[in-house]
Amino acid sequence: MGRYVVRRLLQMVPVVIGTTFVIFAMVWALPGDPFAGKCGDRPCPAPYIAVMTDKFNLDEPIFVQYALYMGNLLQGDFGETFGGVQVMDELQLRYPATLKLALVAIATEILIGITAGILAGLRRGGFADALVLVSTLLVISIPVFVIGYLLQLLLGVKLELFPVTVSAGAPLNELVLPALVLASTSLAYVARLMRANLAENLHADFVRTATAKGLSRGRVVGVHTVRNSLIPVVTFIGADFGALLGGAIVIEGIFNINGVGGLIYGSIRTREGAMVTGAVTVLVIVFLLVNLLVDLLYAVLDPRIRYD
Amino acid sequence: MTDVGYLGAAAEPAPPGRREDEPPSAGPGGAHRRRGKPRSLSRDAWRDLRGNPIFVVSAMVIFILVLMAAFPGWFTAKSPTFCDLNLSRGGPSSEAWFGYDVQGCDVYARTIYGARASILVGVFTTLSVVLIGGLVGMIAGFYGGWVDSTLSRITEIFFGIPLLLGGIVVLLSFPSGADASEWQTIGKVVLTLGVLGWTSLARIMRSTVIQVKHADYVMAARGLGGSAIRILRQHVLPNAVAPVIVYATIVLGVFIVIEATLSYLGIGLQPPVISWGVAINQATEFARQSPHMLLFPGIFLSVTVLAFIMLGDAVRDALDPKLR
Repeated sequence: MGRYVVRRLLQMVPVVIGTTFVIFAMVWALPGDPFAGKCGDRPCPAPYIAVMTDKFNLDEPIFVQYALYMGNLLQGDFGETFGGVQVMDELQLRYPATLKLALVAIATEILIGITAGILAGLRRGGFADALVLVSTLLVISIPVFVIGYLLQLLLGVKLELFPVTVSAGAPLNELVLPALVLASTSLAYVARLMRANLAENLHADFVRTATAKGLSRGRVVGVHTVRNSLIPVVTFIGADFGALLGGAIVIEGIFNINGVGGLIYGSIRTREGAMVTGAVTVLVIVFLLVNLLVDLLYAVLDPRIRYD
Repeated sequence: MTDVGYLGAAAEPAPPGRREDEPPSAGPGGAHRRRGKPRSLSRDAWRDLRGNPIFVVSAMVIFILVLMAAFPGWFTAKSPTFCDLNLSRGGPSSEAWFGYDVQGCDVYARTIYGARASILVGVFTTLSVVLIGGLVGMIAGFYGGWVDSTLSRITEIFFGIPLLLGGIVVLLSFPSGADASEWQTIGKVVLTLGVLGWTSLARIMRSTVIQVKHADYVMAARGLGGSAIRILRQHVLPNAVAPVIVYATIVLGVFIVIEATLSYLGIGLQPPVISWGVAINQATEFARQSPHMLLFPGIFLSVTVLAFIMLGDAVRDALDPKLR
């Protein structure tokens, strides 16, 4: 197990380097003058340009720039923006809200998605099954921002069940509706995946054995079938985490959450390269770590899987 | 982005057209009834599809949408660019079934004309994804060794960039000028999504190729001196067609959603291009006062996506005998 983790972490290194380089290159190798619009209506004074060029190594080739940036990053230095704001401070300010939103969304996804999938899968062709199939198909086909506006309008403005927007500290109870919207598409996929796997596994030999041994229905389904059916679902949730992060940008806009999505969006607009690369790099690393975690979860879910 | 490959096992509304007494089509069983004249898999799949109401309905919806994209004039006599500010945000009426948008343009006409951009982006993005991913996956799987390792790492790198996030970074970094033509804007979105979205297809293709590579008939072809190109074309490609078609159909809908999301953020397609995403973007500001501006383009968008996803489901059911 330990050796497997180390090997996977080592394998992650070139991927992290490659991914961050692609993002770095996209942000910094932009066509056009990096100082356009930075100094109000007039062109930037030469000393300012000289200082900033030196600070961001703008006169070096992109590879050198990237190496220097990563060198600083490894020492925990995310650099600062053109305006002198520490990127690290800003990230610490913005990340908690997004992290909370993503966690609540994943919890919703697991709770509702898996429950719906189990209910549907246990009795295929029944009422719950039909309901889950039709409703998930509907949810999948409606874009998440349309769902966002509709639920905000219906539950927030008309029925006043949920707060319409999220206040500064992003308290958990206000995040419920945004998280539900963010999770909606993935939730539908999870339910369908769970249903299909459960239905398939219910016919597996080990389930028949468990029943023959005289185990109760609850134990057969809960321990022997559901646990095994979870593997593809967990894989999906991990791979889908990236979509969740992308979706967070949209959702944060709709519900006025002061998170990292808005930060990235705004920083690209104002061409704050350091901020964009910092924020996106952290997101990508989180995404890759989540996928490593998913791989490790397999062994917990299926005792047949061993890593060494 | 969502790895739609997982849909494989997930979404399967059992096609009611299928009966128990019909044996699986692939293999010798498919030849029952007309003994000695085995049907090909594609023939069999087609027969299966025609009897599947889900396929028929979704194919018809898509056909209508394609007509709408090609000949919008057949569906509405009004011009999408004729707008009367006096009618701004007017609700649905017998004059204008879907009401008017904030500029006083007819929402119905704009929704009809909006089909073209969405369908174009969906189709061309899917094509480029199939091309890039198919090529990378085929080369990686067929040659193996260091070629495979290199290409697989590159695939992982691009997989590490979430599609929507990457799309936002790219499109915001390269904004369209005010004088960019409709085709330029569409091309930019297609290119962005194509370059970022091919990873899942490369993985599908690679695993198919590896599966086929060691089959006896491929060994035989090699032994007979068949070139790599010939083996790929004659043996590998036909085997890869089914999973690729299924994935492509489903992901087409997903790309349309992403295009709409990017346009909604104001960075995908931009006015004067008429598209559902752009319409929704303009409607959100008044979503609380005039929801009809948001609702109708939203419904068209959802129906389109739904049609493609259900089509993909039906095709998968027909092509994959294992699921029977």
